[in-house]
Amino acid sequence: MTMFSSRNWREYQHRYRLEASKFKKSGKTYFPKRTVDPETGDTEQEIVKLPDEGKIVTYTVIRVAPSKFADMAPYALAIAELTDGTRLMAQVTDCDVEQVKIGMDVRVEFRRIQDEGHHGVLSYGYKFVPKWF
Amino acid sequence: MRDVCIVGVGMSKWGEVWRKSMRELHTDAALAAIKNAGVDHLDGLYVGCMSGGLFVGQEHLGAILSDYMGMRGLPAMRVESACASGGMAVRAAYIDVASGMSDIVMASGVEKMTDVSGDDATYALATAADQEYEVFHGATFPGLYAMMAHAHMAKYGTTREMLSMVAVKNHRNGARNPSAQYPFEITAEGVAKSVLIADPLHILDCSPITDGAAAVIVTTVDVAKKLGKPYIKITGSAVGTDTIALAQREDMTTIKAATIATQKALKAADKKIDDVNFAEVHDCFTIAEIVVAESIGKYEPGKAGQAILACDTSLEGRFPMNPSGGLKSKGHPVGATGVAQVVEVYKQLTGQAENGRQIPNNPKVGMTQNMGGSGASSVVHIMEVA
Amino acid sequence: MAGIVGYGAHLPRHRIKVEEIAKVWGADAPSYKKGLMLREKSVPPPDMDTITLSVEASKRALARAEMVDPADIGAIYIGSESHPYAVKPSGTVVAEAIGATPHIHCADFEFACKAGSEAMYVALSHVEAKQMKYALAIAADTSQGAPSDALEFSAAAGAGAFIMGTDNLIAECLDTHSYMTDTPDFWRREHQFYPQHGGRFTGEEAYFAHTLGASKALLGKAGMKAKDFAYATFHQPNGKFPQKVAFMLGFTQEQIDPGWLAPTLGNTYSGASPIGLTATLDVAKPGDLIFMCSYGSGAGSDAFIWKVTDRINEVRDKAVHTRKLLSENVIYVDYGTYAKYRRKIRKND
Repeated sequence: MTMFSSRNWREYQHRYRLEASKFKKSGKTYFPKRTVDPETGDTEQEIVKLPDEGKIVTYTVIRVAPSKFADMAPYALAIAELTDGTRLMAQVTDCDVEQVKIGMDVRVEFRRIQDEGHHGVLSYGYKFVPKWF
Repeated sequence: MRDVCIVGVGMSKWGEVWRKSMRELHTDAALAAIKNAGVDHLDGLYVGCMSGGLFVGQEHLGAILSDYMGMRGLPAMRVESACASGGMAVRAAYIDVASGMSDIVMASGVEKMTDVSGDDATYALATAADQEYEVFHGATFPGLYAMMAHAHMAKYGTTREMLSMVAVKNHRNGARNPSAQYPFEITAEGVAKSVLIADPLHILDCSPITDGAAAVIVTTVDVAKKLGKPYIKITGSAVGTDTIALAQREDMTTIKAATIATQKALKAADKKIDDVNFAEVHDCFTIAEIVVAESIGKYEPGKAGQAILACDTSLEGRFPMNPSGGLKSKGHPVGATGVAQVVEVYKQLTGQAENGRQIPNNPKVGMTQNMGGSGASSVVHIMEVA
Repeated sequence: MAGIVGYGAHLPRHRIKVEEIAKVWGADAPSYKKGLMLREKSVPPPDMDTITLSVEASKRALARAEMVDPADIGAIYIGSESHPYAVKPSGTVVAEAIGATPHIHCADFEFACKAGSEAMYVALSHVEAKQMKYALAIAADTSQGAPSDALEFSAAAGAGAFIMGTDNLIAECLDTHSYMTDTPDFWRREHQFYPQHGGRFTGEEAYFAHTLGASKALLGKAGMKAKDFAYATFHQPNGKFPQKVAFMLGFTQEQIDPGWLAPTLGNTYSGASPIGLTATLDVAKPGDLIFMCSYGSGAGSDAFIWKVTDRINEVRDKAVHTRKLLSENVIYVDYGTYAKYRRKIRKND
């Protein structure tokens, strides 16, 4: 199924700039943005930019991949906790999948995530890379 | 609120059923349940189906399925909560009967999954995850449960062998279930040596792609008594939800939605988890059974793996889990799974489980735990002998 | 005077060795290594392209520019011959990613390997003319050489980004000179996947004539000689050409060394001399003069004289050094992986 590029475009604030909601009352940050703080019901918030470094809290190696990602397989997919405590899921790229483990330090990098074949729109966003400098 | 019971059950053939369409599979299960209960009419139908649209391009299931089972005009609707759709259909029927709105209602579930390629099936199933923040990045369902597995292993020392023994146990039970898609036994070594899908999960840690349907007749005690058929009572029905995205869970090693649903259902039934004699749980992946066994409160966090190794959850154990063979061996036509769990509990509580699959010593209380996605929704039913 | 306020580079971690390519095509690896001074080249993985390289290089430029608010960037120009889209700008993606939209001017430049210095030239002109506070110039490519073609041994990937402004400079631009003629030494027609080139015609009448033309004119205009400079960096289609042209102009190996990246990076096309400049700035001292000259087929050269300021010492370590990206933690790939990464294998859609 081909979706209009509007669907991805709407998410640029998150995918390109890691913008998140930080609620006034609880001080909690949610990624992606939300209207209501699920803990307090608070709607007063400010937009913050997430830090670009963190640690892997869990991961897997996808060996049987959806066709859109088949050329990348096997690829590591992880949830990392960023330095502000926010968690997000992304691929871990630029590394041997066997090296990925819980506790590994990663950095967020801007990468191409998927494309609609040779003709469709390109989707960009964040991936993790091992932090080596 | 009236007392609610189940008076008859039915299953279609499960597996890669090339010769049957979705409507035929559903009709087979529905007519089997009607015959089994001996009812002459229905007041309503709730059909659980995750994605008729993506699997066979068919929505509007209430109308088409009631027509094809010979009941044009029946009040019918489809219920959806991803892989928990079947359990939710049972709950919808329960509410309908308990409220006094209807007396005899069918809860059914169906999924026809083999009319699309494996890639399309993966896509359809992945719609139960967060499309924008999980699937967009290349997540698959085995991948999401694999991440839960790695987190559980790191936190509690859960082992490869524990995962494997879930599959071994469920296949041992499923081998005695005439409805099972894969009714054969497997070994722990076989699981560990099977192909890796998403580390640490191998193909034999995963439930299969299945065509199938299941149906149960939900009614009042009065009707059940008049029918003169074996019946069981639903004494607790509850639902819990949680974040759809795994990354946003408070704790990735537990399924909070299952904890919420179980606690509510037990409270409604005025029972404690240790009063429950056995459970049909949502073992879409081996790790899921371990996590669920802890989330429902039967085992302390991190202790379910040991219990499985100690055969505590085997058919002859203190708390048999998935006597039907579970999703793992019986198959997992996603929308039908939650209903089929109730079918198994009905059989066990009425002493009708086939081929030596009957849990010994006349169990009195059984439960089902059905969940959607990576555990963002869960529905639990407590059932008791009448 | 206008100049550089922040700079940054980004390179893929993957590399392929000349021997690995030569093995597949029966080519003589030693002649490429000795004759063209190429040992290995960078390979972009499938999730990296001109846009992603540009974004990361720009973030590093922003880190070194310190107090620059992305909203104050008035223009983003990306010079590349490998923009991912034939129609749809690369610059807007970068602008969106660094938070510089919507009050901004974007344009994608193309002039073979000279597109990056072109972006730098235009960005400098804008800030010099006080049309905007800052302008971001990016030089990036993920170039493709046809399989078995000589270009396949060198076509590489990388990006350099420069925030131009008029205050808080790291390096002031003292003067520039451009030199162009219509010389068809290398081209790629619309819808063609790989470029074509004029073989040895790309040398004397193309690379050398234009590089020398621009460089000599600029040195003459500025009244300077090679020995006045601490460093120099040139377009580097291979290791040999920039070294040869440097010597012809009177520069020494020591002067070109910091920015002479091609032997282990390959030809990053639009990125070549700009990335060379980032590596040179990484080691430059306040007061140093840096000579830079690009070359783009078709053909032309842009030459610049940069004077490094005191601020270099404060910002140098605010982002990773280019040499570190070039030489540490590299991942070597075989030809099959390289062919897959560069989409050289025909598959069913």
